[in-house]
Amino acid sequence: MKITFDWLKDHLKTNLKEKNLLDQLTNIGLEVESVDSLSADNGLFKVAEIIKTEKHPNADRLKVCEVNIGENEIKKVVCGAKNAKEGLLTIYAPPGATIPKTKMKLVIAKIRGVTSYGMLCSESELNLSEESEGIIELPKGYKKNIGKSYFSQSKSHLIDLSITPNRPDCLGIRGIARDLAASGFGRLVDLKEKKINSKNKHTLKVKIKKEKNQGCTAFGSCLITNVKNSESPKWLKDKLISVGQKPISAIVDVTNYVMLDMNRPLHAYDADKINDGIIIRNSKLGEEFKALDNKNYKLESGMCVISDSKGVLGLGGIIGGTRSGTEFHTNNVLLESAYFEPGSIRNTAKKLNLDTDAKFRFERGIDPLSIEDGLNKAARLIKEICGGEISKVDIQKIEPYKIKKIIFKPNIFEKISGFKISLKEMIEILENLGFGIKKDKKFLKLSVPSWRPDISQEVDIVEELVRISGYEKIKYIEPIKQRKKSTLNKYQKLFHFLQRSVASKGYLEAITWSFSDQRYNDYFRDAKKEIKIINPISSELGVLRNSIFSNLIMYTNKNLDRGFKDLSIFEIGPIFNGSNPGEQNTVVCGLSAGKKSRLSWIEKERNVDVFDVKRDVIQTLVEAGYDSQKFFIDSKTPNYYHPGKSGRLFLNNEKNQIAAYFGEIHPNILKQIDIKTESLVGFEIFMDNLKLPEKTLNDLKVKFSFSDYQKSERDFAFIVNKDVNAQDLINSISSIDESLVKDVKVFDVYQGDNIPENQKSIAISVTIQSFEKTLNETDLEQINNLIIKTVENKTGAKIRS
Amino acid sequence: MSDLKKIKDEFLSKLREKLDISEINQIKSDLFGKSGLISIEFKKIGTIAESERKKFASDLNIIKDELQDLINSKMKDIESAEINKKLEKEKIDITLPERSFVRGKIHPVSQTIDEISSIFSEIGFSVEEGPDVENEYNNFTALNTPENHPARDMHDTFYLDEKKQKLLRTHTSPVQIRTMLKDKPPFKIIAPGRTYRSDSDQTHSPMFHQVEGLHIDKNINMGHLKGCLNYFIKEFFEVDKIKMRFRPSHFPFTEPSAEVDIGYEMKDGKIIIGEGNQWLEILGCGMVHPNVLKNVKVDPIKFQGYAFGIGIDRLAMLKYGINDLRAFFDCDYRWLNHFGFDPLDVPTNYRGLSR
Repeated sequence: MKITFDWLKDHLKTNLKEKNLLDQLTNIGLEVESVDSLSADNGLFKVAEIIKTEKHPNADRLKVCEVNIGENEIKKVVCGAKNAKEGLLTIYAPPGATIPKTKMKLVIAKIRGVTSYGMLCSESELNLSEESEGIIELPKGYKKNIGKSYFSQSKSHLIDLSITPNRPDCLGIRGIARDLAASGFGRLVDLKEKKINSKNKHTLKVKIKKEKNQGCTAFGSCLITNVKNSESPKWLKDKLISVGQKPISAIVDVTNYVMLDMNRPLHAYDADKINDGIIIRNSKLGEEFKALDNKNYKLESGMCVISDSKGVLGLGGIIGGTRSGTEFHTNNVLLESAYFEPGSIRNTAKKLNLDTDAKFRFERGIDPLSIEDGLNKAARLIKEICGGEISKVDIQKIEPYKIKKIIFKPNIFEKISGFKISLKEMIEILENLGFGIKKDKKFLKLSVPSWRPDISQEVDIVEELVRISGYEKIKYIEPIKQRKKSTLNKYQKLFHFLQRSVASKGYLEAITWSFSDQRYNDYFRDAKKEIKIINPISSELGVLRNSIFSNLIMYTNKNLDRGFKDLSIFEIGPIFNGSNPGEQNTVVCGLSAGKKSRLSWIEKERNVDVFDVKRDVIQTLVEAGYDSQKFFIDSKTPNYYHPGKSGRLFLNNEKNQIAAYFGEIHPNILKQIDIKTESLVGFEIFMDNLKLPEKTLNDLKVKFSFSDYQKSERDFAFIVNKDVNAQDLINSISSIDESLVKDVKVFDVYQGDNIPENQKSIAISVTIQSFEKTLNETDLEQINNLIIKTVENKTGAKIRS
Repeated sequence: MSDLKKIKDEFLSKLREKLDISEINQIKSDLFGKSGLISIEFKKIGTIAESERKKFASDLNIIKDELQDLINSKMKDIESAEINKKLEKEKIDITLPERSFVRGKIHPVSQTIDEISSIFSEIGFSVEEGPDVENEYNNFTALNTPENHPARDMHDTFYLDEKKQKLLRTHTSPVQIRTMLKDKPPFKIIAPGRTYRSDSDQTHSPMFHQVEGLHIDKNINMGHLKGCLNYFIKEFFEVDKIKMRFRPSHFPFTEPSAEVDIGYEMKDGKIIIGEGNQWLEILGCGMVHPNVLKNVKVDPIKFQGYAFGIGIDRLAMLKYGINDLRAFFDCDYRWLNHFGFDPLDVPTNYRGLSR
């Protein structure tokens, strides 16, 4: 909402300065978004006439214009606008002027070899509208203003307020003035619109059709006959220009003025173009009309339209139609002042993708009791400017407006705000805001002003009182440092632990969007359902990610392009399995590319490989408190991993839930993504599948046992079939006697000479130690034999002699 | 001059000369070998008259110790000289680079979430979470934002179905609803997490992070809200004093509602929080609307309290001097390395939030 202090003063008597005003507006919840100097150094923007145009010698699209800027001064200006032509009245900005939109200061400049002294402006450049096509075309009446400033010479700044959606009343200057006055910033000027006491009959019949979901509950109108539409007088033009509106014609300008002044949207019809009266009804499917934005709209059924016997004239409360629009030669005007239901307005505007000033106001709620005042004010102004006679006012209603009542218990104020104000103060504030008040012993009986649709219960009254008495009155109550419940639950602790644990292993934490490129997502979707976003921000971000890999691999590729060769990144966050709330899992996903020890004088260079990520996964889980002795690993992995160089990990051999996958990314994917790196390995830890360890770390620490008896190490080499897993050998040895077998290590795996084809040799070192005694040779021999026998039986291995 | 004295003087003078290891070994054997001079003297002890025996034995032992110590120290000197000589040959260029070590980093948003949790933990808040995909009811309707409410315009929502029943949550406020439906009052929670709005430009990212706060109990009023946020801001920016401004605003799910600005100034292109007379909006808050409490079956006559929502990314930007929001999610290795935190730097109350 754009306002000026000058305009406010029409409604507000105050001695305070603009600086105080800005603070006060923000203090009462009418946030000042910006203060524009547009109207401060605006003396520079002058009305000018193009007297000659020539094609630019060096550029097809540019013209060199000779512009009369007053007092016979001619300036040469290079201009790119298509509509620049001889005789056009427009606005000229000289060198030194700052263009409001771009904040650029103009200088004398050579444009393609031709010196341009200043610039001709478009509406958008002057922040008058969004219109950036062509330069401003001023009506003929401006000819007498050539050389004069286009903007009024007011010292008032353009103040842009951000009005919250609950305050439609402050979409009018008067509403803002009322709030300011209530807060002690001056006195609200009493402006009772005088009733029109006309004897002229209103000859156009208006009917609101009673049907289901009728969006219009009241429709007031009057006729103004024999008008002579013209340009608006200077005061009106200046007023509109001062808040960034473009004057059009007196009739339209008056309706805009009343809308801005008292938040009362009006619509003016050329009464002669209405056939047999007005009917407000629901639209029928397929009805069409051409709106004032020069677009054709095809309507769905049930939209609130203003129509005549020939069809739709306009969309009530949103936009009028060209068929009945007023023009300079309009003789008879029908002025409309109606109430439309916010929900109806919103539905229609949304379906048609339409946004207008009127729609913005009606969907927030217009004062239903402002119908007559609006008509009175506008009709009188039109008569003043354009002459003519005003008819009687006709108001059709299908529902009477009921004043809202609230019983307010004053003590609730302190209960919520935490501070006190006197009852007298409360009453004063509420009265100034327009509330009707009846005092009772224990409470106040309040009538809510009709312009405040946002107020419906006691707490709303509390807000009004706190807001107007000032938020700075709220005390600071120091929080008590006391904790009754632990801050994080066990899973949250696990989340934070995994996050830092993985980072400590050389991975940079990334946070990527929860959505992904469908193409990339498909590579890592496996058997999961694709979840589309109906209205994505771009087609590259069209699906919720089924895996974190899709984003990580894309960004890894970007980083490789930046020249990094060896990089490890990870993310901990959600992946999605379905489009219902909760169909998501928390995953820790890491990706490592390139080599270890590249170009090192001391260490051997090698590609990152599956055993790097396997270590990172296992070490992370061990640090998180899981027992690696119990882990079970097999090679069944989703199709985005290298089928021979990847594994899945279970926390135990019951194999209930997959704790993690790790491995090389499938070479086909690398090829399709066109990612160039020596090696790319990754892992996924599924946090939701990690059953919390039964014992806390503290529990484990309680029992401390160790043996001081001598340890023995024994080496074995087994020949096994190629497809036998090392894990099977290790597990069968470990399981022989947990109190004796302390450690099992694979120190060599060999295939080739001396080993039969399809077989391999696995060399294992076993550490044996007793809690009870130093084992003698006989004991050890017994254990050795047991190890060999067990392994041979369980895995079909043969000890290598 | 007795024999003993003679032996002593002779060998002391011999040992004073420069000797190699074999010469010393020779001397050792001359003295202490089977037929060494000292060994022979020891054998004599039994033959010496009772009256002199004691003195003789004592003198002999003193001489033995003296010579032995000297030999030992001589040998040590030679050994260490030899080792030093060997080590001299092993000398390397110690300025060569060390073995590489790579530690990862924690993303500034994660670090900031930990900082926030740490601060609120101290005053008794616990952490709650909710899903990223929400239903329309939890995200809007239950929060007193019925369909066709203009406030919905402020949230450009991503939808997952044509009926617009399932969506990506536009704020963390639905966690309020979930928490209150699940448990009984009092509630004292924060809920950090991902949030989504279909808005993308220099200052907006379609995904960003918020932390929700909710404190519902008997008699919690706006003073508690102000005190809590003032405490939080001070702790977060690690300053003693903060300039803070509460101003009225509107959110459908709180009444009264406020937006909070903090004072700042620019010094040498750096933002200084807590001083100056510029205002920076950092959060929205208010007293939970009675309609919201009714929707989650909490009696608004008995219970009341406040809620707030803070943009986490924004806080991180302010605290750590990050200019571009989009960079948070761009995964630039250089950026992650520069703005990331060592995983060992866990924000805690006693050690402080940051170094």
